[in-house]
Amino acid sequence: MNPVISAQNLDLTFTTNDGPVHALSDITLDIDKGEFVSLIGPSGCGKTTLLRVIADLEQPTGGSISVNGMTPEQARIHRAYGYVFQQAALFPWRTIADNIALPLEVMGIAAAERATRVRDNMALVDLMGFENKFPWQLSGGMQQRASIARALSVQPDMLLMDEPFGALDEIVRDHLNSQLLKLWAKTQKTVVFVTHSIPEAVYLSTRIVVMSPRPGRIHSIIDCNLGADRPLDIRETPEFLAIAHQVREGLREGHSYEG
Amino acid sequence: MSAIRPNWQALAALVATLYALTALPFTATMGPALSLAVAALLAAGAILSMLRAARPIETTILAIASFGAAAMLLAGLTGAFGTANAGYFASLAAAWLLGWRLVTVLSGDGSHGDKGSSLVAIAVPALFGIWVLILWECIVRGAGVPFVLLPPPSAIGLRIAGSLPILAADFRQTVLKAVLFGYVVGSLAGFLVAILADRFRFLANGLLPIGNMVSALPMIGIAPIMVIWFGFDWQSKAAVVVVMTFFPMLVNTLAGLAASGDMERDLMRTYGAGHWQVLVKLRLQAAMPFIFNALKINSTLALIGAIVAEFFGTPIVGMGFRISTEVGRMNLDMVWAEIALAAIVGSLFYGGLALLERAVTFWHPSYRR
Repeated sequence: MNPVISAQNLDLTFTTNDGPVHALSDITLDIDKGEFVSLIGPSGCGKTTLLRVIADLEQPTGGSISVNGMTPEQARIHRAYGYVFQQAALFPWRTIADNIALPLEVMGIAAAERATRVRDNMALVDLMGFENKFPWQLSGGMQQRASIARALSVQPDMLLMDEPFGALDEIVRDHLNSQLLKLWAKTQKTVVFVTHSIPEAVYLSTRIVVMSPRPGRIHSIIDCNLGADRPLDIRETPEFLAIAHQVREGLREGHSYEG
Repeated sequence: MSAIRPNWQALAALVATLYALTALPFTATMGPALSLAVAALLAAGAILSMLRAARPIETTILAIASFGAAAMLLAGLTGAFGTANAGYFASLAAAWLLGWRLVTVLSGDGSHGDKGSSLVAIAVPALFGIWVLILWECIVRGAGVPFVLLPPPSAIGLRIAGSLPILAADFRQTVLKAVLFGYVVGSLAGFLVAILADRFRFLANGLLPIGNMVSALPMIGIAPIMVIWFGFDWQSKAAVVVVMTFFPMLVNTLAGLAASGDMERDLMRTYGAGHWQVLVKLRLQAAMPFIFNALKINSTLALIGAIVAEFFGTPIVGMGFRISTEVGRMNLDMVWAEIALAAIVGSLFYGGLALLERAVTFWHPSYRR
């Protein structure tokens, strides 16, 4: 089976006023179709940068990467992925429905088809009845759900999510995590998910990529298959705690390299 | 709870009224009886307003006392130019203090909630304006200020009513031709150049310093040159307005186009959106508050520019022409009539833009409801 995302010896060095910053070093990673892969690590480990390279928002300075068998740029132009940012980044002058329709307008999709897709995706994230509200009238969790609906509206093969729930409180985050799992089961999309929360990564993922900083690199890759049906209570089971422990050990080791 | 609610405006009004009683009659033509009636009305108003009456009753008492006294004081000035004594001005001060109290009661002290707030929103500034006119009229005529220094508002009002055709012609010449044309062309040009300068960086790098220089040129220097270039009629004034309004729009639009966030731009990039799509769907929307800022600044600049430019040669019509010639003929009431016209036009222009801004940038945090 061909991987959807395949990175070989990826390298990225930013040139800044304070000299070069080695953000990614020798990243080799394959992600298969339908996987839910989490990138976890401390700040500065390059997890967001790696996601942005996959999305063609940054250009690597070395190595090669293919997305859906294309270059990241081609994949971006073909709307192979939907990207969810740390903040919802909804446009305040558009209603929720118009925000979800935004990428469809850019693509030049006809109004009738737009309306159908907006309705379907609002239903998917449980936001019916809020079509004509403006973003600032919604709670943070609802805004982030709208931004997920917006990412899904282009019908991408994969979802790239950059700490989407990082700015939300614990209760809302738990709720959205279980909703995201259901969504993933329903849509069978490939998900790449950046987080710095161990429970979140273990709860959601099929594989966890533990990264370490300076330079950003992959420390270890941990398999994590807790089965399709995962109630929130699963987080108290020994299996869950064992994997969480493994991830924590990996993070600790990665960090200690600094000396 | 005592039956009396003292407040400093009413107490001060009472003191002023008592003082006024020592200087009867107030003017040469105002008999002692009328003077006494004014004082009695003021005293009654001041005392009654301090009783714990319901708000409508209190405002009615204050309105009757302050405006009744003001009307009598105005009537007492007929044929008595410059003869008002200290008692007259003390009564005027008392009436004004009761008027002030009226505005204070109407504005509420926070305990009355927001009931009738839209009516109050109009009534308070209107009362304020009316009192400025009353004080202006009474002081100028009572103290005998020379007409050339400051004509009373009644004379200006009479002059406006008697010169409507002239004012209309001046309005057409200056506002409808020079200001409107110059404003639209200048703002539109600034906007379009900003869009181009944003697309082609070299334009911004080359244009901004030059535009900066042009905006620093004194209008007094440009205006005569524009008259030489574009002739005596409104075209030269419009040209001055174009020069004055171009740069604020250019700078503000450029700043506005930089106002959208990195995340929003990345988002549009993930959709594979091109430059113009990002411009229309994101950056111009985010720039709207800046663009409206420029439109509002330009609305006042345009009016000033067109009026002043007419000082440097014009056909025998136009607001600036009228001001400069009537000053020379000591017809100060006509000058003030033109000033009043300019103030009304400027306020309406600005107010209209402010309303439009609210409608377009309803999403901005400062307007959200």
